[in-house]
Amino acid sequence: MSISQVELKDFEQQADAWFAEHKPSKPDFILPETFMEVGTDQQFEYLRDWQNKVYEAGYVGMAWPKEFGGGGVDQAFQDIATKAMAKHRVPFLPNTIGLNWAGPLILHMGTEAEKQKYIKGILSAEDIWCQGFSEPDHGSDLGSAQCRAVKDGDEYVVNGSKIWTSLGSYAKYMILLARTATGGPNKYAGLSFFLAPMDAEGVEPRPIKKLTGEYGFCQTFFNDARIPASCLMGKEGEGWKVAMATLTFERGATGGQAGGLSMMDLSINDVVELARRAKRNGRPAIEDPHVRAELVDLITESRSNGLMATRSGIPALASDWPSSVSMSGKLRSTELKRRMCQFAISLQGANGARFVSSDAIDGGMWQRSYLNAFSGTIGGGTSQIQHNIIGERVLGLPK
Amino acid sequence: MASIEFSEEQSMLLETAADFCRTHSPVDAVRKQIEQEQSTTPELWAAMAELGWLGVTIPEQYGGLGMTLADAVPIVESMGRYLMGSPFVATTLAAQALITSGSEAQKNQWLSEIASGAAASVGLTEEDGNWRLQEIAATATANGETLSLAGTKCFVLDAKQAQAIVVSVMFEGAARLVLIQADQIPSGALMREVVIDETRRSFTFKLDDISVPRSQLLDGADFAALEQAAMLMLVAEMSGGLAGVLHVIIDYLTTRKQFDQYIGSYQSLKHPTVQILLSMEACRSHLYHAATVMAAGDIAAAEEAVRMAKAQGSEAFAFAGDRAVQFHGGFGFTYECDAQLYLRRALWCQYQFGDTAYHRELLAPLLLDQAV
Repeated sequence: MSISQVELKDFEQQADAWFAEHKPSKPDFILPETFMEVGTDQQFEYLRDWQNKVYEAGYVGMAWPKEFGGGGVDQAFQDIATKAMAKHRVPFLPNTIGLNWAGPLILHMGTEAEKQKYIKGILSAEDIWCQGFSEPDHGSDLGSAQCRAVKDGDEYVVNGSKIWTSLGSYAKYMILLARTATGGPNKYAGLSFFLAPMDAEGVEPRPIKKLTGEYGFCQTFFNDARIPASCLMGKEGEGWKVAMATLTFERGATGGQAGGLSMMDLSINDVVELARRAKRNGRPAIEDPHVRAELVDLITESRSNGLMATRSGIPALASDWPSSVSMSGKLRSTELKRRMCQFAISLQGANGARFVSSDAIDGGMWQRSYLNAFSGTIGGGTSQIQHNIIGERVLGLPK
Repeated sequence: MASIEFSEEQSMLLETAADFCRTHSPVDAVRKQIEQEQSTTPELWAAMAELGWLGVTIPEQYGGLGMTLADAVPIVESMGRYLMGSPFVATTLAAQALITSGSEAQKNQWLSEIASGAAASVGLTEEDGNWRLQEIAATATANGETLSLAGTKCFVLDAKQAQAIVVSVMFEGAARLVLIQADQIPSGALMREVVIDETRRSFTFKLDDISVPRSQLLDGADFAALEQAAMLMLVAEMSGGLAGVLHVIIDYLTTRKQFDQYIGSYQSLKHPTVQILLSMEACRSHLYHAATVMAAGDIAAAEEAVRMAKAQGSEAFAFAGDRAVQFHGGFGFTYECDAQLYLRRALWCQYQFGDTAYHRELLAPLLLDQAV
């Protein structure tokens, strides 16, 4: 399919105009920056309505097949729409697990019936999805999952618990990694992957209070929960392979995600702008030579990430380790964000010690963002695990 | 803004150059060359001229290929990757001085010589190590149609091999560039310097007692363009050097055992190695972005891009070299270990034409003080 530049240009204008016109007004409560921070019903309803509106207007899932509820057009259109969302700084689309991981997975390996059942609800945010990979005793080491699923007739009986299930209390479905067999040749062999309904009896998501004092995650308990055997994705014992496929989506190496803004991204420009307003010892922070050097360094790093994405589109300029750019995207962007927020607090003098309140600079947004930034550097495999993965898979270093 | 362009020609140059340097500059050849008088062999220099490399950045009317400095980048990056010494960078910078500041007659006379294989060099730094290229102590004084020179230039690369050296001097209150031909240099004026990177041939150049015709004073004096060119070439060397040193580290981490384990399995070595990988990727991205912006002729954007590249690359390469030595343990402390070649080169690259802190300071007003 070839698309003319004129067509893309027209679409760019159209998307630009739509988001300019339909950007929702700022609510009178603090909005979360990512789906992992949704802590109140009010926040959830606001964001779900927004995704639904974006879907109805046709700006998400544009490249997904039309017969299942997608737009059926080239990915280039989605990229333009996603850029327009970022440009207008509209709220993010909250059904992140569905749009970025469950959806691509179902499109990739689901049956026709599964695609009919799940895809549209993912895009419209009618069916919220959550992820059940991590367990209390096994954070980054997903292969050691102990949550059990035992087959009983045409059902599986699930026992155990999953942690860090964002949107767990609102989700209709969970992508669940559970152990169907023990004593296999290795710890991965007995794992299976399910599209589990959250409304099954015996499934209980309990909100967890985060380090910010807010809610946003759940621990989901399974007590003899019975889920249909048809929920199994792939074969019994292939769960690790399936989970790795979804984590590839998560770690940003493969395409297929529905697109759309998945978080409110703080940019380095916001920090520079803060440095102009914030005072250190009576002077604008931006006049301090140490602050200036650090800001320049952060801008440089932020630009590195943008340029790396551009360069990865030029195969002749791939380095000797071609997968390093895509495999490191999550590590680079989440660590940069954490560092930026941490630095932004240091611009505020004694007010750096405040937290969310009207007296705090920007309402305490920077302090809150810094504490929340750990969800990025810990979730989806900690930065330390990311270093291991890149060292082993990209550089070929021994385990 | 964040654009990188890479042409078919650049791609071919990169392929040819990588192949040439891999073949002709294995590490034992690098070490052998360190013992020699010059930075490369006459055969290799002739081969580079044969490949047309010396004319890459020189306009066609002066016998060159009419490409830009961006096209020299893949060549210099490949040389950096294999630690290959040669007067290529010095010659390219002398050519840039002529291209950006020379008169038609000056270009005609010297650019064609360079394009046909003459080495050349530049002398822009002095004994005080000042990176501000227009703060110059050396002088030129006019006596009729003759210029009498005085002062000392430092870090003049491959000066013994150069047929012409462009130096910076103060002339009638302004910073200017003067070209000195090899036959105008008295014996004893060039003294070999002991520098940290042993693949370089670096000289102190005493200008006292040198007189040249006034026609050798370059018409213009585009120090900004010359500084940018020098930085771009260094970043290219650093980008290649980062890839080279990373291979050295990985080779050791995957073959050396301690406590019954390959040392690459220890996270205290594995994680910094990943940091080096990511900084190499960042350096390469900044490099080709800076090359793109400079080739497009956008002076302001070019300054920002190339200073950023130099700031990031200098820090990254120095860190990589430092860790490479450390990770080799006792062997890393020896001359025989290749890690030192990269570390010593990284230090050269860091301290020529401005280190990280210097460029950050100059970037601050460009990035922070403009209207939002």
